[in-house]
Amino acid sequence: MKSKKIFLINLFVLSGGWFCFLFSQSPEQADNVNSCVSCHLEMGDELAVPVTGMEQDVHDRLGLSCVSCHGGDPKAGLDGDLEAAMDPAKGYIGIPERSAIPQLCAKCHSEPNYMRQFNPRVSTDQFARYKTSVHGQRLQRGDTKVATCIDCHGVHGIRNAKDARSSVYPPNIVKTCGKCHADSEYMKDYGVATDQVELYSTSVHGKALLEKGDQGAPVCNDCHGNHGASPPGAPSVAFVCGQCHLNNSELFIKSPHKMAFDDMDLPECEACHGNHAIEHPTDEMIGAGEQSMCIDCHEDGSKGFETAVTIRREIDSLKGKIHFADSLVSVAERAGMQVSEAKFQLNDADDALIKSRTIIHSLSVDQIKESTGEGIKLTDAATKAGWEALDELQFRRKGLAISIILISILALGLYLKIKEIDKKYPFKTEGE
Amino acid sequence: MKKEIPAESTGRVLTWLQDRYDLSAIEYLIKKKEVPIHRHSLWYYFGGITLFFFIIQVFTGIMLLLYYRPTAEAAFESVQFIMTEVHFGWLIRSIHSWSANLMVAAAFIHLFSVFFMQSYRKPRELTWVTGVVLLLLSLGFGFSGYLLPWNELAFFATKVGTEIVAVVPFIGEFLLKFLRGGEDVTGATLTRFFGFHVAVLPMITTLILVFHLWAVQKQGMSVPPQFENKKTSLKSMKFFPNFLLRDVLGWIIALGVLAAVAAIFPWELGVKADPFAPAPAGIQPEWYFVFMFQTLKFIPAKVLIFDGEMLGVLGFGIIGVLLVLVPFFDKKAVLGETSKLLRAFGIIAIVYILVMSIISYAVPQTF
Amino acid sequence: MTSENNPQTISRRKVVNFILGGGLLSTVGSILIPIINFIIPPKVEEATQHSVVACKMGELQLNAGKVFRFGSKPGILVRTQADKYVAFSAICTHLDCTVQYRNDFKHIWCACHNGHFDLTGKNIAGPPPRPLESFKVDIRGEDIVVSRGV
Repeated sequence: MKSKKIFLINLFVLSGGWFCFLFSQSPEQADNVNSCVSCHLEMGDELAVPVTGMEQDVHDRLGLSCVSCHGGDPKAGLDGDLEAAMDPAKGYIGIPERSAIPQLCAKCHSEPNYMRQFNPRVSTDQFARYKTSVHGQRLQRGDTKVATCIDCHGVHGIRNAKDARSSVYPPNIVKTCGKCHADSEYMKDYGVATDQVELYSTSVHGKALLEKGDQGAPVCNDCHGNHGASPPGAPSVAFVCGQCHLNNSELFIKSPHKMAFDDMDLPECEACHGNHAIEHPTDEMIGAGEQSMCIDCHEDGSKGFETAVTIRREIDSLKGKIHFADSLVSVAERAGMQVSEAKFQLNDADDALIKSRTIIHSLSVDQIKESTGEGIKLTDAATKAGWEALDELQFRRKGLAISIILISILALGLYLKIKEIDKKYPFKTEGE
Repeated sequence: MKKEIPAESTGRVLTWLQDRYDLSAIEYLIKKKEVPIHRHSLWYYFGGITLFFFIIQVFTGIMLLLYYRPTAEAAFESVQFIMTEVHFGWLIRSIHSWSANLMVAAAFIHLFSVFFMQSYRKPRELTWVTGVVLLLLSLGFGFSGYLLPWNELAFFATKVGTEIVAVVPFIGEFLLKFLRGGEDVTGATLTRFFGFHVAVLPMITTLILVFHLWAVQKQGMSVPPQFENKKTSLKSMKFFPNFLLRDVLGWIIALGVLAAVAAIFPWELGVKADPFAPAPAGIQPEWYFVFMFQTLKFIPAKVLIFDGEMLGVLGFGIIGVLLVLVPFFDKKAVLGETSKLLRAFGIIAIVYILVMSIISYAVPQTF
Repeated sequence: MTSENNPQTISRRKVVNFILGGGLLSTVGSILIPIINFIIPPKVEEATQHSVVACKMGELQLNAGKVFRFGSKPGILVRTQADKYVAFSAICTHLDCTVQYRNDFKHIWCACHNGHFDLTGKNIAGPPPRPLESFKVDIRGEDIVVSRGV
């Protein structure tokens, strides 16, 4: 009996709750939504855009609303009193001034105690960094054409940066920055080039990102920073590139080039590799050939020139040997010979070649020779294995030759036997 | 007679057997047969050579079975294993592949020589019929065996090859699924082809082959009609031992040729098949299918209201049936006359096969 | 038929028989040798290589790694500080460089673009887009056997 009673109470409570839910909305929702949303939707067109945009907004999902940024009193607007709802006395600010936007966002985003509620790991230094950026500095000087928070993150409809649809999701960043930086009309007062996006798209990084979908490839902010965006100074280029190209960077920093480049105010890595249009480096970039970078500074006969030629010779020799061994081993493999050991050695030799190309940045002939020597040793072993496999094929042919001779002897014997048999059992003529 | 101990001991065994089983029928089969001698006698050897290659196929095939694994994951690796790790595996596999091709070649020569010598005429109609069926079975062996190493070329050739049966009216879809063991060429196809190659086809072939050989032995060699009329001048030799020894000599020469090609041009392994990779350029079926593929490519997509490819496939099907039935509508042959029409057809067929094959190999392929 | 027993014919026949017999024996031999060798199982028993002995017990120090050959591709075996063996494909998921164990980082590192992988193979920093393919490690007596997942 008791359980039946409880059941009935439950039924009443549940259905009642459901009933309430159908006919009213929770008080908090009513607070946030009602008058701003209902009026703006009613007025339609551009006045409705902020409302519809907010449906996808990360702030909306976390319970923030119009009033959180724009102020005012939506409750007051419930009975149609627009003046009361958008009363500056109640903190209503309307459309924020562009120059005030960073502070507006920073109101929450620079407040660790506040931000912690939503994400304990989120950083709160964006505004501080922004103030150091070229964008932030210009804004402080009154230039409102520069990017503020909303120009990269959007306004109504801001998504988390980890959301693939966000304008600041890494693969989308190029387009986001390009919105202004590739617009020569917009940028004409700044005397800055506007071909970065175009150049980047042709670069090894751009191709990796845009064509191969390699999300590990760096985009604008990986070198320039994001909130503190600014071109890196010449002496820090190696550190920037070193985020990924660690060995190249470390070797360069220890090399005599570091000091020489900094003295001449040459932008380190960029001096040879370029910046936005960095292409896959080739071996032609070293040595004394037409495309060599070395001869731009090192004259014929100088020590640097000699070093460049030696380095190139080392690299070329290893590369040539690997190429030869590779084709040799492939021929043997296609013929069905066992060459997996040799293939493994060639794999290691390839690694040694990559390593040697990295060591070029040390400019030390000894170090390079050590590395290429290692590669050559592996390549020689693979080449030997390749030849041995092909020799084995030759050996098989010799074995064949012997068995053919034996078969021929048998054929000869049989032929003589046939002659003999034919005598013993001569042909008959039909009718005989 | 000279006293020869081996002969005597053989004799003793034979007597022992003779006491228990009447061997006279076999003895008669062996001793009675005479082989006529004329300027076309050379062609008589090709049946025997085909048989020799078949025997080699059986032996090397059984040997390969010791190591081969018929699954998509392991097939390529196991063939690679045979070729690299197993002693003389490269040789056995190479011989199996080469012997297969030489067998088909010898069978084709045998077919055309019998055709032109009109040896199919009464009473040898069924010998002809079984012979044609045996040739078709060899093609089946070739087609199913080609896939087994599971390399790229074979994979895509099989894909294209099985696709063609889909155009057969009414049962095409069923045939396609039956051959592939599903919608597509997959590991299931491999298992199926393996079953055909080592169980179904050998069983059928053995039965028909036994009949074929028995009939040849029973009825003896056919004399071409043009010599039959001048009976008096025609010489003949005994099948045993004169012709048999010559046959064996032919086999030994075939063995030498086989060993030479197998070692000088080892059959390549190729690259493992990747069902999801795009088809590589230059896919070719085995050479003996090439003329048919080339024909299908030349037929326009639509002939009147019919699908061109379907007409081509049906055409080859009808030609196949007619080929089987040749002895039954060549009424002139039994009278010792040569049908000019049939002879012309034969020559056209040879020229056609040669021309189509040459075109196919000379022109870069795009399937 | 008188020539049948003529001594010249007899000696001629002997020569023929000798050639025939010799040829037959040696041909049969050259056929049998490959066949018998073929049937004898080869040293490597299995066609597909699913596992390999990566190293011996005690060969690796604690907190050390070793690149080993798995078929024709490299694998990496790591003995962790906690004396556990883990193994992965040593091919970096970014651009196919061979990765290495860094005992100072205590995890796996790719020198090409500064990619980092933790000891479960997960890509934790740098450009690599995916974790390393992981292998199974078994200890059989003195051997540390690495095998590909089923």
